[in-house]
Amino acid sequence: MNDLLNIEHLSTHFKTEEGTIKAVDDISLHVRKGETVCIVGESGCGKSITAMSIMGLIEGPAGKVAGGSIHFDGRDLTKLNRHELRHLRGNEIAMIFQEPMSSLNPVITIGEQIVEPLRVHLNLSRRDAHTRAIELIEQVGISRPEQIFRSYPHELSGGMLQRIMIAIAISCNPKLLIADEPTTALDVTIQAQILDLLRRFKEDSDMSILLITHDLGVVAEMADYVIVMYSGKIVEEGEVTQLFANPKHPYTQGLLRSKPVINQRQDELYSIPGQVPNPLELQPSCYFHDRCEHCMAVCRMEEPNLKKVGEQQKAACWLYEEAKVYA
Amino acid sequence: MPEQLLEVQHLKKYFPVKSGLLNRTTGYVKAVDDVSITIGPGETFGLVGESGSGKSTVGRTIVRLTDKTSGEVKFKGIDVYNLAPQELRKLRPRMQLIFQDPYSSLNPRVRVGDAIGEALLDHGLADRGEIRERVQEVLASCGLSAYHIDRFPHEFSGGQRQRIGIARALILNPDLIIADEPVSALDVSIQAQIINLFRNLQETRGLAYLFISHDLSVVEHLCTRIGVMYLGSMVETASRDELFRNPLHPYTKALLSAVPVPIPKLKRERIVLKGDIPSPANPPRGCKFHTRCPFAEARCREEVPDFRDAGGGHYVACHLV
Amino acid sequence: MSSIGREITAGGSARQERAKSSIWRQSMQRLLRNKLAVIGLVVVVIMFLACFIGPVFSPYASNKIHMNIMNRPPNMRHWLGTDGLGRDVLTRVLQAGRISLTVGLASMVLSVLIGSLLGVIAGYFKGIVDQVVMRIADLLLTIPGLPLLFIFGALLSEWKVPTEYRMYIVMVMLSLIGWPSLARLVRGQMLSLREREFMQAATVLGLSAKRKLFHHLLPNIVPLLIVIATLNIGGSILMESVLSFFGLGVMPPTATWGNMIDAANNMLDFQNRPWLWIPPGLSIFITVIAINIFGDGLRDVLDPKKKK
Repeated sequence: MNDLLNIEHLSTHFKTEEGTIKAVDDISLHVRKGETVCIVGESGCGKSITAMSIMGLIEGPAGKVAGGSIHFDGRDLTKLNRHELRHLRGNEIAMIFQEPMSSLNPVITIGEQIVEPLRVHLNLSRRDAHTRAIELIEQVGISRPEQIFRSYPHELSGGMLQRIMIAIAISCNPKLLIADEPTTALDVTIQAQILDLLRRFKEDSDMSILLITHDLGVVAEMADYVIVMYSGKIVEEGEVTQLFANPKHPYTQGLLRSKPVINQRQDELYSIPGQVPNPLELQPSCYFHDRCEHCMAVCRMEEPNLKKVGEQQKAACWLYEEAKVYA
Repeated sequence: MPEQLLEVQHLKKYFPVKSGLLNRTTGYVKAVDDVSITIGPGETFGLVGESGSGKSTVGRTIVRLTDKTSGEVKFKGIDVYNLAPQELRKLRPRMQLIFQDPYSSLNPRVRVGDAIGEALLDHGLADRGEIRERVQEVLASCGLSAYHIDRFPHEFSGGQRQRIGIARALILNPDLIIADEPVSALDVSIQAQIINLFRNLQETRGLAYLFISHDLSVVEHLCTRIGVMYLGSMVETASRDELFRNPLHPYTKALLSAVPVPIPKLKRERIVLKGDIPSPANPPRGCKFHTRCPFAEARCREEVPDFRDAGGGHYVACHLV
Repeated sequence: MSSIGREITAGGSARQERAKSSIWRQSMQRLLRNKLAVIGLVVVVIMFLACFIGPVFSPYASNKIHMNIMNRPPNMRHWLGTDGLGRDVLTRVLQAGRISLTVGLASMVLSVLIGSLLGVIAGYFKGIVDQVVMRIADLLLTIPGLPLLFIFGALLSEWKVPTEYRMYIVMVMLSLIGWPSLARLVRGQMLSLREREFMQAATVLGLSAKRKLFHHLLPNIVPLLIVIATLNIGGSILMESVLSFFGLGVMPPTATWGNMIDAANNMLDFQNRPWLWIPPGLSIFITVIAINIFGDGLRDVLDPKKKK
């Protein structure tokens, strides 16, 4: 097995006053060494919760990883204790978030925040850590690194802060970088810079990336392998070119068709009718059935399984199950 | 030439920057710096720009949510800034604004039906008896059901709330709707629904839009004419076809090439701009774009380029064109 | 102006009326799920009922002096014993509770009325009106409340104000001390609401000032007011007790919890006759704690800023 990250049947549940929400419901995914896997889906589909589950950031008592295993480099993360997990985080698995501002401490200088993990995880001396930090700031494409080293987060723009977050993330040469909507809060021209940066690091260091996004454009640009999530489930996954060229699941098809694309004009955009179901009211069924134009009787009654539909492509849809026929 | 619906001439909006103990004005953020826009009846003008470009401030200044610093805003030939408060209030129904955030723009303690109908009542455009019917009508045309009337905003999803916001503006039968990033807070599949709604409403009601967005693909889909803003100034204006076929300003080109396209492994020629957007409080001299422009010359650092016609109503502010 | 007042005092009745509406119903459900708050509410209700109805069933309801049964410890006829003038302590504690609770409630209503009215006016009109109102409030806030009340109380005694009026004057005094902090809170809330996007939306819709104020701003302030008002009652009861304890509030023979403790404020009573001072003391303690617990519960439910 050459999987770096191997998630099997992961379920993460949240208890609310109204009932239990299955934010992530029995998903399995694998990230190989040097591969970029994108999880794409709309808000509430469970993509961010998946990332948080991997990082051990699901906080009780409300939230809980209810089942499944997360193997990273041979170790099951769900079985590690606090201390081991902390050692892993930032060191072997790094994460960057949508809002760089809120993940940096506003009263500590940028430099200190880069130096800290270097000293903790790599045991560098103060001076070495400083030199390395300056290098890192340069690597993420920021000029005047010494000046930035001494600045506070509020003095920098969102794009700059996201670069700093990337610098912190790559500082300990992680094997896996989890990026949760890293460019959503940024402008397009800045987004292009950040994506370039991520791609470059990946090529240079053979790092794997688990990228979480809602933007199919970003997916097409970054991914090797794509996972489409809907209501806590994986509805389709596959190699990126195959999946984009020939999406099988009606949700993926709809998602691709409903995005306006530059220089591809349509009179009327395709739109998926209705809205995401309430996670508290889910019954055994295909969760997409009431928005689906191919909905059949079986879709309302039974959950489809993820099934091979192409060479490197799987979909969870009754359209591709031949055996089951309901009168 | 038909009469213009909205004429904005040399609009400027400077926000004072105050500092020090005495709270003295030490400088200005030139949020909008000499912008002119005309919109004809039934036309859709797309205003594109990144954060800090001043595009939202343009919208807010047109409807007088903030005061202008100088310039002129004429709506149907009436100078909006020359109106007494009561006259302005009378004019407001004709010119509506739709907000970006469907969560904060609806009062959590006002029922949907009231939120939509109250302006009619307040302006005396309908009496209590007809209101409910009118609200139901407009709800239907925005894709919502009549039973939503007595609900509160928190019972709705983001997309539905945006529909409520649209219904609230629409019930007044405006001539112009200024839509300030109305779909950027929404999910892709919901975005498409709302964009289609905008389009259908325009076809059935002959509305004119000023559509403010950072998303070029959305603007291309909806708008007939497009203006690109950078740091408070308009850098390029052209018809949609012209702008996408033949972008002239380097910033427009970069913007177009930066939008990720959902086609994997597509090798595109991309202009990756260096650096960050400068602060509007301290914009670069000369052409404001020169700090990031891959083609900048000595002249660009000194002289401010004119906004001039490059032929066929294609306006651009660049020395190199 | 009176209609603003009505809107604000309508807090209580509005709660029932709007119980139909989902926001209020949800809030009530959430409140009922908070066990501690419910206990607080139950205790407060019991206290009110006991004080206002209890004395009616007492055979010792008059302030008549019985020299033959002075200072009796608790027994079957006098459950909490009798005081130095042979009066039944239980009955007096309940009668005192009537006064204390009334003073607390009334001064709360009065200070909420004044405070929210001035706060709304200051926050809505801003400018010079705001300046004047807030400077007066600041002035009152800079003077510590207790000494000010002492001076007032001393003046009342000096002027020999009849006992039956003193209760009302104490209410007014307490609300004069209470309104500035309330006005500040309400004004702050108004100022932040004004800047909210839905208020800008109201402006763009061309809504009238009246509608903006009564349909958009005030409904958003009412929950905050209910919370502050509730918490205020406890404070007022405490204040009144302190004043009465020092003999500056309501005067004997009208009983209040404060002056009952004051009456037992000597070594002999303190050491040998705990039934004289423990009941009123405990009453103050339980009532104030219960009100505060309930108020905190209300805040968790109604005040969105305090939500986690």
